[in-house]
Amino acid sequence: MNLGLAVNAAGISKTYSGSTVLTDVSLKLGAGELVAILGPSGSGKSTLLRILNLLERPDKGVVAFGASGSVVRDGQNLRRRMTLLLQRSVMFRDTVFGNVSCGLRLRGMSDREIRDRVLKVLGDVGLQGFERRKAQTLSGGEAQRVAFARAIAIEPEVLFLDEFTANLDPPNIKMLETALAAYRQRTGCTTVMVSHNPFQAQRLAKRCLFLYQGQVLGSGPIEEVRRQDDDKIAAFFRGDLI
Amino acid sequence: MSELDVAQVVALSLYVSITATVLTSLVGLPLGAFLALKRFRGSWLMRTGVYALFALPSVVVGLIIYTLLSHSGPLGFLDWLWTPIGMVLAESVLIFPLVTGLTMSAVSDVDESVRLTIKTLGANNRQLMARVMHEARFGIFGAVMVGFGRAISEVGAVWMVGGNIQGSTQVITTAIMQQTQMGDFGTSFALAGILMAIAFIVFFVIREIQERG
Repeated sequence: MNLGLAVNAAGISKTYSGSTVLTDVSLKLGAGELVAILGPSGSGKSTLLRILNLLERPDKGVVAFGASGSVVRDGQNLRRRMTLLLQRSVMFRDTVFGNVSCGLRLRGMSDREIRDRVLKVLGDVGLQGFERRKAQTLSGGEAQRVAFARAIAIEPEVLFLDEFTANLDPPNIKMLETALAAYRQRTGCTTVMVSHNPFQAQRLAKRCLFLYQGQVLGSGPIEEVRRQDDDKIAAFFRGDLI
Repeated sequence: MSELDVAQVVALSLYVSITATVLTSLVGLPLGAFLALKRFRGSWLMRTGVYALFALPSVVVGLIIYTLLSHSGPLGFLDWLWTPIGMVLAESVLIFPLVTGLTMSAVSDVDESVRLTIKTLGANNRQLMARVMHEARFGIFGAVMVGFGRAISEVGAVWMVGGNIQGSTQVITTAIMQQTQMGDFGTSFALAGILMAIAFIVFFVIREIQERG
């Protein structure tokens, strides 16, 4: 299966109440590629993800998807081919099954298809037998794994991950990174991952975009960006800029 | 009052109140959710108006509905005055702001991150509203039950519009008033006990469902 969808964002700018969050940011991903967006807190990474996921409109610039690179006009249909996993796992007031099946029900899938898909993805994140548990009773790590299962259950062609392992313990981080690698290998899904952990970015991605105060300071292979002669980038990779 | 009369009064009370609650919910729940989720020109005024109408006096509702349904009124041709349908209309108008406003509050309380998550899963606007209402279901259920509680305990509007006609439009509350005025305290207290029992059952059901949620 090859689900990956190319992403091309050009000249993205965004301002909230007079405060500029993104300035002329461009990002291009080939189908199936994984790119990390790096930068300290408040650099506009999450805003960029929401714009790429078509949840917000940029003030300037365009976002295009697919090999043809056509600019998005009908956001609704396209939005169903991608999803965004938020940093803080949000659990609906429902069972684990109800949570993971949500996106599938929105797509009108049959009960049998939904059941098969939910059991499959719960197995992928090591939560077999959790279907009937109330989602509100899960630990932070379990909740984030359920949120990840819910995201991949809809088999997105583009997966946006916003600090998807933040505040998790090493076993949960490893579990999620393994599940991500397995899903990407199975589907060829294009992935954009926001992180302020340079080590995780180096583990998972080959290429990165470095944002600082809404502007691109570096872009390209992670190692090349790391070696760039820039104080902010150097401080970030040393762990002095968070 | 015979036992048969009491049973008839209780049955009519439940019929009028349940019908009014169901009809109001059909409009009030989606409207409450819509007002909670959508921002448009005048939406603030509408939300404020709904909350302000929480204090709507029942005799004012009775007066308005009476005027509309009376023979010389614009809806007089319906011939609903002194009928249970007229009483259902009066109770519906009375509880509409409560059901709508409490639904609005319940839906507004659903965290913004929940709405965002639903959107990330590909929901369109209609699906988003349905799913947010599902998230707010315990609060919404409470809104419906509060509406029912207000309807079953209503006296002013149903008296004015229904006329308290024994065997036809007499409900528990109006029967209590009449029996008290006639000095039949035994029947009044028996009817009051039934009304209290219904109120406690409603309260118990709300608590039970919210606890389980």
